[in-house]
Amino acid sequence: MLRQILAVTGINIRAIPQRWTSSLVIVIGLAGVVAVFTALLAMAGGFENTLRATGRNDAAIVMRGGSDAELNSVLDRASDDLIEQAAGIRTGTDGRPEASAEMMIIAELMRKDDARPGVSGANVTVRGVEPAGFALRPQLKIVAGRTFTPGLRELIVGSGLVRQFQGTGVGQTVRMRGTDWTIVGIFAAGDSHDSEMWTDINVARTTFNRTGSSSVLVALEGPDGLDRLKASLAGDPRLTVDVVRERDYFIGQTRQFRQNIGVLAGVVTIIMGLGAAFAALNSMYAAVAARGKEIATLRALGFGGAPVAVSVLIESLLLALIGGVLGALVAYLLFNDLTVSTMGQSFTQVVFDFKVTPQLVQRGLVIAVVIGMVGGLLPAVRAARLPVTTGLREL
Amino acid sequence: MSESMVQVTNVTKIYERGTQQVEVLHGLTLQIPRGDFVALMGPSGSGKTTLLNLIGGLDQPTSGEVWVGGSRIDRMPSGQLAAWRARNVGFVFQFYNLIPVLTAEGNVELPLLLTKLSAAQRRKNAAVALQVVGLADRAGHKPSELSGGQEQRVAIARALVSDPQILVCDEPTGDLDRKTADDILGLLQVLNRDHGKTIVMVTHDPKAAEFARRTLHLEKGQLLEQSAA
Amino acid sequence: MTKTGFVIANLFRKRTRTILTLLSVTMAFLLFGLLQSVNYLFSAGADALGATRLMTQARVSFTQSLPLSMVPKLESVPGVARVAYSQWFGGIWQDNTPVFVFSVDPARYHDVYPEYVMPEAQWREFARTRTAMVAGRQIADKYGWKVGQHIPISSNIYPQKNGSKAWAFDLVGIFDGKDEDWKKRTNQVLINHDYFDEANQFVKGRTNFYILRLTDADKAQSVIRTVDAMFENSLDETKTQTEKEFNLSFVKQLGDIGLIVRWILFAVFFTLLLVVGNTMAQSVRERIPELAVLKTLGFSDGAVLGFVIAEAFALCALGGLVGLVLASLAGAALEKGTGGQFALHLSGWVWLLGLITIVLMSLAVGLLPGLRAQRLRIVDALAGR
Repeated sequence: MLRQILAVTGINIRAIPQRWTSSLVIVIGLAGVVAVFTALLAMAGGFENTLRATGRNDAAIVMRGGSDAELNSVLDRASDDLIEQAAGIRTGTDGRPEASAEMMIIAELMRKDDARPGVSGANVTVRGVEPAGFALRPQLKIVAGRTFTPGLRELIVGSGLVRQFQGTGVGQTVRMRGTDWTIVGIFAAGDSHDSEMWTDINVARTTFNRTGSSSVLVALEGPDGLDRLKASLAGDPRLTVDVVRERDYFIGQTRQFRQNIGVLAGVVTIIMGLGAAFAALNSMYAAVAARGKEIATLRALGFGGAPVAVSVLIESLLLALIGGVLGALVAYLLFNDLTVSTMGQSFTQVVFDFKVTPQLVQRGLVIAVVIGMVGGLLPAVRAARLPVTTGLREL
Repeated sequence: MSESMVQVTNVTKIYERGTQQVEVLHGLTLQIPRGDFVALMGPSGSGKTTLLNLIGGLDQPTSGEVWVGGSRIDRMPSGQLAAWRARNVGFVFQFYNLIPVLTAEGNVELPLLLTKLSAAQRRKNAAVALQVVGLADRAGHKPSELSGGQEQRVAIARALVSDPQILVCDEPTGDLDRKTADDILGLLQVLNRDHGKTIVMVTHDPKAAEFARRTLHLEKGQLLEQSAA
Repeated sequence: MTKTGFVIANLFRKRTRTILTLLSVTMAFLLFGLLQSVNYLFSAGADALGATRLMTQARVSFTQSLPLSMVPKLESVPGVARVAYSQWFGGIWQDNTPVFVFSVDPARYHDVYPEYVMPEAQWREFARTRTAMVAGRQIADKYGWKVGQHIPISSNIYPQKNGSKAWAFDLVGIFDGKDEDWKKRTNQVLINHDYFDEANQFVKGRTNFYILRLTDADKAQSVIRTVDAMFENSLDETKTQTEKEFNLSFVKQLGDIGLIVRWILFAVFFTLLLVVGNTMAQSVRERIPELAVLKTLGFSDGAVLGFVIAEAFALCALGGLVGLVLASLAGAALEKGTGGQFALHLSGWVWLLGLITIVLMSLAVGLLPGLRAQRLRIVDALAGR
């Protein structure tokens, strides 16, 4: 049996070059499906990784109650102070609570690939921070220039922005509220902060005519820090705030995007996969038809129906697998580490890289094999059932 | 019958097969009067099919003149030649060459799509042609549902339907048994005798050739002799 | 039998193959329809907007508010007929559903947007009642709001003076669009700015956007320059753009997603081209003797080319139209399923694009086999060479 299968499969595969166009249909069709699938999920994965890496487990964000996102939250100066004095917050090296009142402002920058510069840009987060803001993000490093000087209209810019937006180099200026802000440094954090510009919160307060902040980020003390913080804040009648673990806050921000891309990838893959499956069926039916005489001859020589069917299936799977590998390769070469940006939850741009992971490639290949199976099965059955006599009479 | 239907004068045909040149016809001259029924015989490669193709306007000679039904066709541009074939020539092939997706009626009607006839008129003409070949009751059948002899009758009806002056037949009975072949040849005879069609038929079968009025023998691209049947 | 009948008969000569190919084409156009309408949603939804309105926002970004004291200055600019303003409220319906709520001056808004139709009495009621709100037809239908109801809407930004973010308004009118395009832009709620300004804790005398209605569209560029120059180097620098540009700038926030959609479409069509092209080539290859017979019968070379292209066209058109219809149905279902939030209907534009694609694709897949059929020499083809 096995020898029969090997023999017949060998004959089939050697014949592929003679009918390479229809074999190519299967290969290219599946390459397309797998490339699109992998690329879409590599995008979703890249976006998620970036935000997931942002939050820490031992830090929490405090916002005004019912705000959902930093952008919507407004805390006054008194609230800032009350929050920073609450229980459950770790004490920093300077002996003060490790907490940073931060203000989120939106500015517009022009994307590098914008065809019509100067009309309207994309929204970018400007974050005003207190000195503790740096201690709370130890992953953040200045990679060019220096950090901003408190009290001056200076900015440091995330490395993601530098790649995607115009006018973000050290020494260049960004115009906000009638004044120029000088970019004095570039930082890299490896997370979504790379899509932000940072400045001193006090300068931001005076410039934007606000007194308080958007949120307060605090370091949690011990494993029960969050609970103590929550209890302490809830017990203060002067405050109406929400407390969220920092990591949960950022993961929550990915949910919508992940859902949208998940639906898009699902719909596109199913529809395209069906199209490719129909094409594969077509090609394999054609392959069986073209070999009608050959199959009949083999059957007449004593080969069984099953080896013939299995050989057709193997051919289909093989072509599908080649297509899948090709598709994954194309997705990897074109998209891996491709930097793009899109709108995050707070209406500002998040810069992230596509990540083509081995898991994604594996899932793509599984899809390819399934489609190859679908495309090969019916023609295989037809090949096995082909009556020997009519097959021999065929031209 | 003195008027000439086909006049082939000093025709040479050279094919290029790869780098090789093969001269199939050498200065051949032939005249077929209107209303004649000629059988062309000869061994494989003698050029009989080539000659038939030249007369039917499927191919053109390397040199020499071909006149059919009063038109000179050896230098006619291909578009004009196609239109000329539609009006003047009916073809019958060895393997019938019916269009498998069309019914007998559809096959017969096919050449009429090239005319200005109305759909109703086309159907009527097709029905008449099928009646002439005795297949009116098979009009709705596809070629795969017909026997070889019936298929050939449909092919003859298709050749007749636009009322051409000349029928060109390439081994019309080559794929049929004796009995069926004789029926088909009898039908051709009727078309020649009663409907006045000039017929040129290539065959390798001496019995088939007997149905013609006369037989021409070709060998190595040249006409050997003329013998009355 | 007709020529059309002949083409169709030929198309279905190998039924399985044709049906499978048709299904592939259908899938491709289904995807095409859906993705193009996503693309359209991203890019061209603003086409219906004229240039008779300008939007003025803070230059740094529209989230920064501008003082209402700008109104007289803006009104004095030559070419400006009327000035309205609109403040983002951050509305939340029930638990967690964001709704578009804008705080506006009713009379000004009515003057600037004549495209929104509502009985004058309701406009007057809106202006008179401090706690009034009016809702667009779409959103009112979606949540089943009726005039006269007291509707609770929270803000995720603005608390009232008492610190509560739960607000409530009296629905005094439901407005609709004057035509199909504007009917699709009735997904928002308007509230009375006088009330909002007084009752909220954070902002006083400020707004996010000014909407300038022009005396005529030709003045757009000069008004844009004048307005932006007027506030240059002040704390409240402005950016003024046409309504269309403004809408496009929102779309721009989606960033590279449009690019990704185009990549997918490219991949899909490249694949499809190959599939259909291969089928056509196969079908012509098998039919060479038949094509020769057609020529023998007197069909010209051009006619034979025509038959093959017509067949390719029939294949693409049949599969393509079915795919586009499916996309329409799927889009409509999606629109209904999301309560009109994701308006993925196939516009005339997407259909037009689809039809053009069908024609181009027919040519692309039909031309090569067609030319082969056209060049076919009868004698060779009959002899099986």
